[in-house]
Amino acid sequence: MPSRDDLYRIVGEVKDPEVPVLSVVELGIVRDVQADGSHVTVTLTPTYSGCPAMRTIEQDIRDTLATHGITDVSVETVYSPAWTTDWIGPEAREKLRQFGIAPPGPAEQGGLITLTRRRTPVPCPFCGSSNTERRSEFGSTACKAIHFCNACRQPFDEFKPF
Amino acid sequence: MTAPAVAGPRETPVANALFEFLLRLGDDRLVLGHRDSEWCGHGPILEEDIATANIALDLVGQASALLRLAGEVEGKDRDEDALAYFREAVEFRNALLVELPRGDFGFTIMRQFLFDAYSVLVWDALQHAKHEGLAGIAAKALKEDKYHLRHSSEWVLRLGDGTEESHARVQRSLDELWRFTGELFEQDGVDAAVVSSGIVLDMGAVRSRWMEMVSDVLQRATLVVPEGVPMATGGRKGRHTEHLGHMLAEMQIVARSYPGAKW
Repeated sequence: MPSRDDLYRIVGEVKDPEVPVLSVVELGIVRDVQADGSHVTVTLTPTYSGCPAMRTIEQDIRDTLATHGITDVSVETVYSPAWTTDWIGPEAREKLRQFGIAPPGPAEQGGLITLTRRRTPVPCPFCGSSNTERRSEFGSTACKAIHFCNACRQPFDEFKPF
Repeated sequence: MTAPAVAGPRETPVANALFEFLLRLGDDRLVLGHRDSEWCGHGPILEEDIATANIALDLVGQASALLRLAGEVEGKDRDEDALAYFREAVEFRNALLVELPRGDFGFTIMRQFLFDAYSVLVWDALQHAKHEGLAGIAAKALKEDKYHLRHSSEWVLRLGDGTEESHARVQRSLDELWRFTGELFEQDGVDAAVVSSGIVLDMGAVRSRWMEMVSDVLQRATLVVPEGVPMATGGRKGRHTEHLGHMLAEMQIVARSYPGAKW
C-alpha cells in the first residue's frame, strides 16, 4: 500500500472538472486520505452544497486510484469546517489568473447582511487593470462571478471569495 | 395571486421530533429550490437566469444534505431521494411561503428576500447546535444564504426604488406574501423536543431580528410593510395549498416513472 503522501499525490492528479487548471487538492476540498490495510478512505468537503461537480470529482478520484491498482475505496463527505477559498494557496491562485480567472480575495467574515459594503474592484486577469466592474454575482459555475474590464474590454470570471 | 391555505385531507402525526425538524428545514429548501429552478431558461436577463439557477442549486444541495440526515435519523432506510421523490404533499413539512407559484420576477425576488433573511438567522443560530451533523450543514449553508441575501436585498432595493412599474409590482408581491411569513416563526412540540438532541432555536429572537433586517431594507426600497394581516398556517403539519401537489407532480414524475434510474 502506498504511503499517505503517495495517496495524496495520486488524488492530486484529479483536476476540478469546472476549473481544470486546479487539482482537487489545490482547491482545498480533499480533507484526508487514509489507508487501512488495502482500504482507502478519501474525505472530501464540498465547495458549495449543490455543486454538481462533486459527483464527477468523486468518480474521477475512484478512477484515478484504480489506475494505480487501488480499488477498495470509500469517499466520505464532511461539512465542517466549511470550505473557504482562503484554503487555495498562492501557486494555485497564480494558475487561476493565468487561466483567465481572477483569483479570490480574502473571504468575508462580516455581518449577516452586507448591503452597504463598497466592493473593491477585482483586478483584470488579462491586463491587470483595476478599472473593472462586476456584472453578476453569479457565473457559469457556483464558484464564479462575472466581471468586465473597462480597460481591455474583456469580460472575465472571478473565483468568488467565499 | 389568490392562494387560500386549503386544509389537506389529513395530518400525519409526529413520530420522531428530530426527523420532523430536519424535514421542515429540508423541505423549505427543496421546494423553494425547485420553484427557483423553474426560472432556468426564463429569466428576465441572462445574468438573473444564471443567478436564480445558482441559488436553486445551493438550496437543493442543502436540502439533499438535510434530507439525508433526516433519513439517517428516521432509520427506515430512506435516503434523500426517497424522501424527496416518494412522499406525498401531506408528508411535506415546508412552509406555505415557499410553495407558492413563482409569479413574476418581482414576486420571486421578494419571496427570496423574505426567506433568505429568515434562513441566515436560522443558520446563524443552528451553526452552534450541539448536534454535529446539523451544525456542519448550518455553517456551510449560512455562507451560501448570506450570498443569496445580498443578491435578493439588492434587487429589492433596485425594484422598490426603481420605476413606477417595478415599485408597484414588488409592493404588490410584498402585500401578497406577507401573510405567509408568520408561519416561519411558529414553534410547537417538535421544537421543544429537539432540545434534547442539542438543538435550541429561539424563534422569538429570530423573528425580532428578521423584522428589523427586513424592515430596514424595505424602508430603503420605499416599500411599505403591510400591517394587521392575519397569518396563514398549515405547511409544517402537512396542510398545504393546492400549489404544492402540482409542483410535486412535475418534480417527482421522472423518479416515480423510472425508479432507480441513473444518468
